[in-house]
Formats: sequence, structure tokens, C-alpha cells
Amino acid sequence: MLRFLAGLVGLGFVSALFIAFVMPREKVEPSAAHEYHLPEKEVKFSFDGPLGTYDRQQLQRGFQVYKEVCSACHSMKLVAFRDLEEIGFSKPEVKAIAKQWPVEVPSINPDTGEAATRKAIPSDYFPSPYANETAARAANNNALPPDMSLLAKAREGGPHYIYSIITGYQSQPADLLKRFPDAKTPTGLHYNPYFANLNIAMPPPLVADGQVTYSDGTKASVDQMAQDVSAFLMWAAEPKLENRHRTGAAVLIYLIIATAFAYGAYRNIWRDKKH
Amino acid sequence: MSFPWAENYAPKNPLMKWVDEKLPLPRLVYNAVGAGYPVPRNLNYFWNFGVLAGIALTVQIVTGIVLAMHYASNADMAFNSVEGIMRDVNSGWLLRYMHMNGASMFFIVVYIHIFRGLYYGSYKAPREMVWLLGVVIFLLMMATAFMGYVLPWGQMSFWGAQVITGFFSAIPVVGDPIHTWLLGGFAPDNAALNRFFSLHYLLPFVIAGVIVLHIWALHIPGSNNPTGVDVKGPQDTVPFHPYYTAKDGFGVGVFLIIFTLLVCFWPNMLGHPDNYIQANPLSTPAHIVPEWYFWPFYAILRAFTVNWFWIPAKLWGVLAMFGSILLLFFLPWLDNSPVRSANYRPAYRIAFWVLVVDVLILGWIGKSPAEEPYVRIGQVAAMYYFAHFLLIVPIIAMVEKTKPLPNSISESVLHGEAEEAAPIGVGSAH
Repeated sequence: MLRFLAGLVGLGFVSALFIAFVMPREKVEPSAAHEYHLPEKEVKFSFDGPLGTYDRQQLQRGFQVYKEVCSACHSMKLVAFRDLEEIGFSKPEVKAIAKQWPVEVPSINPDTGEAATRKAIPSDYFPSPYANETAARAANNNALPPDMSLLAKAREGGPHYIYSIITGYQSQPADLLKRFPDAKTPTGLHYNPYFANLNIAMPPPLVADGQVTYSDGTKASVDQMAQDVSAFLMWAAEPKLENRHRTGAAVLIYLIIATAFAYGAYRNIWRDKKH
Repeated sequence: MSFPWAENYAPKNPLMKWVDEKLPLPRLVYNAVGAGYPVPRNLNYFWNFGVLAGIALTVQIVTGIVLAMHYASNADMAFNSVEGIMRDVNSGWLLRYMHMNGASMFFIVVYIHIFRGLYYGSYKAPREMVWLLGVVIFLLMMATAFMGYVLPWGQMSFWGAQVITGFFSAIPVVGDPIHTWLLGGFAPDNAALNRFFSLHYLLPFVIAGVIVLHIWALHIPGSNNPTGVDVKGPQDTVPFHPYYTAKDGFGVGVFLIIFTLLVCFWPNMLGHPDNYIQANPLSTPAHIVPEWYFWPFYAILRAFTVNWFWIPAKLWGVLAMFGSILLLFFLPWLDNSPVRSANYRPAYRIAFWVLVVDVLILGWIGKSPAEEPYVRIGQVAAMYYFAHFLLIVPIIAMVEKTKPLPNSISESVLHGEAEEAAPIGVGSAH
């Protein structure tokens, strides 16, 4: 009886699926976003691979790009000035960076209690360029510049994706317009085949070599700046990467030895038992 | 417990003797995982996975309790509190990545454990109760994992919760009120987050309780084995300790190595990048996908695309998804072949391996977008899934000609050779 009922239920599910299977499908129109979207570019970072580490010089350069270019629009709410000590800045340097940050921290007037602002100190998180989302959208043609704290982990491809976006701006291919006349990039947006729908609101952030002046003498080509800031954003998203790699290596060495002993013990104990 | 030749607990240490007289806990442990539990001597490595699941649960409970000390279950604070754990709590990143990937490890070992049971017929008499309790544990695990994934309050947390709690609104007539009542609102928000946190903390202990029953029920008939043949005498078994404690020790080592590789080198490989974006009810992600361990069930849910037999497609999908797990409760009676192990069941063995491939395909479809050719592949794969359990397995059980079984476990191991080689250090000709 049970098997008979089960068979009926089984036939019910199978028939519903069979009907769904033979149903004709709506024809899917090819779309420009589907055909012209590119996977992220290949680029080597020092933190790639299981034992990768951050290049402190590169992170500092990347921070400089963030400070002088990105931070005009993008907040980084989860990273504090004090965290910069981890990428090689000294305590006084961090203090100076916080103090000179162009955006001040919301505060109150200690005498009247009225809303006010004050200069940042190392324990503050990076102040946001806009007071709120509405202000951010109002200033950016209704687009919202995403917070950058976790950007390198919040996109497929991570830092490689960020690098590809920054260096991926180009004019729209002629054959795209020929095949999809409706897909012309609207005014106010910018064609970028590494972006999911091909049209990104962010204008090209790095446009000329030497846009920032690196204090360590590295030539600030667009490619170099894009790599540096991508590396910096990876650090911002995953500051404990080096601890993680080191811990992993030590734990693995320990476990491999312990497991080898465990295997030996297992073989020895079973020596007198065929199995 | 199980066999008359099981060793009796005889405490040598006076303290243990004293404790055992007052509370026979040492005796219980001895008979459960000590020398007092005789186990078939021919278990292969697939029998390690029960212990590994227990280890995985322990890792989840220990890391989870510490994480809960730092986590804020409030819709405004949850996301940032998790990032606080990742950045500012001492070794918080380790705890959090262990808990995140520990869930994946738990499901990997439990899936292998379940398929082991399917291959060797461990669900059959006299172990039906072990199997039923196992399915209960699996359901509890799925509920716990789903609610745990909501807690970081990222985009996939939120939209996953939206989709999964939406199942309840597929119930005819009373669906919407039930949905609202379960969530404490019309959409997932603070009320839902708080109850999910509360239940996510509770359910692992319920799982631990059902595991005790699972092992208790197992120890009545004793463990199954690769031949599926009943234990006939002392020559068929070895004491759990030291034989299987040693083998499990090695298994745990391999488990921890793989776990470490995930946690320390690829911690986000099995996760979704969108969950590093804070939940935003106004912005729907391009593709909503659950965690990998739910992909096969998600594929079944989405395979039902037409209304059929006066049942709307959405309700078909929800019924099929729950049905795909609930049917496991009936498996011991759907498959009434007296032979347990697939090694002696040529037709069932083929069906088993087709099922393994089928579930992997369903997993791939569950991860893929709902467009052709994925939808049709998913529909064929879902057809096989239901046909396998509800039609093919019962029919095979009736018509299959099985291979001859060995007379006993010891015979299948020894092939008529002498019983034992000399232990190490005694000099062996072997």
C-alpha cells in the first residue's frame, strides 16, 4: 500500500515536471550586456596565493590614491585611522593624517550641545564625504557611490575586478551600436565592459599619469595607481589576511605531522586484525 | 549493550570505581565508544563520517558561543558587529571564518554520511529508527544553517530569508497570515532577525539531543558494515576502542587539514560576495542563490514552472522541495530488498550512482540562473530524483536478482586464511 501511494506521488511529481519540460519557452532576446560583458583582467598581486603578504609600500601608495581621488565620493566606514599603523604608518603620521583629513567628524559643541564638527583623531573611523544617502545621490546624478570598506570582498573577482573597472573605460564598440541601437550609453553614464550592465555611473577616476605624486618615487602611471588602490582596498576589506596565511601554514604543519602519527597508530593497532 | 561477547566494564582505578557505583557514567561511555562496544571489523573509511559530523557540530557550538558574545542581533547593528568581530575582536576573524566554513564542513561530511547509508543499506531493518532520527537531524541542520546565514544581515542573508520564508505564503488560504506571523512582520526585519538568532542558538542543542538518540538507536543492533551481513559471532567484530578510536583519530586529522585549508586560505570560496554588502530591502540582487548545501533543493523548487492538476507552480515547487527530504522518512519501507549492501545488488548499485550524479547536477542547476538550458536540465534531474526514490528503488527491490552474500563478515575478510598475523614487535612472517 505504501509503495503504491509512493508510486502515485512519484508519478505526480514526474508528470508535473514532464509538462514543465515540454512547455515551449519564450525566445530570449540577445542583450548587449550579455554579449559584451568581459571577465576581470589578469593582474598579479603580492597577496595572491596561499602564502601571499601585503606590500606595505604599495598599500601606502594605494591609500594615497584613496585619499586624494576615491574619498571625494566613496566612504570607508569600517576602517579607522588607527588601522593605518598596520600598513606601516607611525603613530605621529597617523595622527597627522587624521588631523588633516578634509572631512571633519560630526560632534557637538561642548558648551551649547549644538551639532558641530571637529578634527578627526586616530580612533575615529574615516569620515564619510556625504552626510547621508540622499546627499550622496543628489551629488552624483542619483547614483550611490558604494562604501569601500568591503568592496574587494563584495564583488566577484575582488581586487582584480576593481582594477579592471578602473582601467576598463573605453568608447562603445561600433558593432555593439550596430547590433543593439537601443543600447547606446545614456548621457551621464560611462561605457565599461567590466561592469555588469556595461554602463557605470562613476566617471573614470584615474585619467592621467601623475594624477597623484608618489612620495616613494614610484612612477604614478594609471595602471600603477589602479593596482595600488586595488591592493589597498583588499587590505581594507581583509586586514587580517597575513595573520590568516601565517596561522594556516603553522596549523597545517602541525596537523600533517599529527595526522601522520595518527595514521601510524591506526596501522599499528590494526596490525593483528585483517580487515 | 549489543552483543553477548561485549567486554564488561571493570574499573581499575579506585576513583572510577567509586564514581561508577554512584553514577554509572563511566560505564555508559565505555559501552558507547569504548572497548564495550563491539563493531564489525570490516568498516571502511566511509564509516568515519559519523564521528566527523559530531566533531563538526562541536566546532560549530564552541565557535558559535564565542561569536554570540560579540554579535548584536539588531537589524541596524548586526552587519557592523560581524565586521567588528572580523577586525577588532582578538582572533575574531578565525572564529568567524571557522563558523562560516564549519557549516560547510558539517554539510559535506553529513552528505557523505547519508550517501554511505544509501549505498550500504544502513536505513534498512533493523536500523530504521537510526535512519529516521538521522533525517530529523538533517532537517534540524538545514533550519539551523538557514537561520544562521541570515544573522550577518548581508544582502544574501536578507533576500535568502525573503525567498525561503516566502514558501509559507504558498500554503493555500492561510499562507499569508502564517508568513506574517512567522516573520513578525510583512518582510524580514528586526523581529525576524531576533527570533532567528534565538532559534539559531537553540537548535544546535536540540541536534545534539537527537544525536544522542541516533547513537542510542544505533547501538541496539550495532553498526552496519560494507557487506551488509549481520554480525554472527565475536570473530566478526573488534572493540570500538582502540580499533575505531585509532581509525577515527586519523580521519579527524584529515578532516582538520581540509578544514584548515578552507578557513585559512580560501575562507570565502564557498560564500557569496553579495553577503559582504549590508542588507538593503530596496535593492534586489541580480541572482538570489542560497548557500551551496541548499543548491540541489533550490533546483527542485525552481524546476516546477507550470500549474498542473489545479495546483499552482509555486506550490508544486514548495511541496516538491519539502517532499524531496520527507520522502527519505519512507525509504526503509519503499526499499524492501532483504539485501542491504549495494555491493551485492547490481541494479540498485547503478541507480545509486545515477542518483549521486543527479544530485550533483541538481546542485549545479541550483547555482545557475533560471534560464535555458539550465531549467530543462534541472527538470530532467528533478524527475530522476523523485523517480529514483518513489518508483525505481521500489521496483528494483521487487525484481532484482542479487548476488550471493558471504556467510559472515569474518569469512569475507579472511577468505579462509589464518585468523591473525603477529602484532608489531613480535616478529612476523607477513
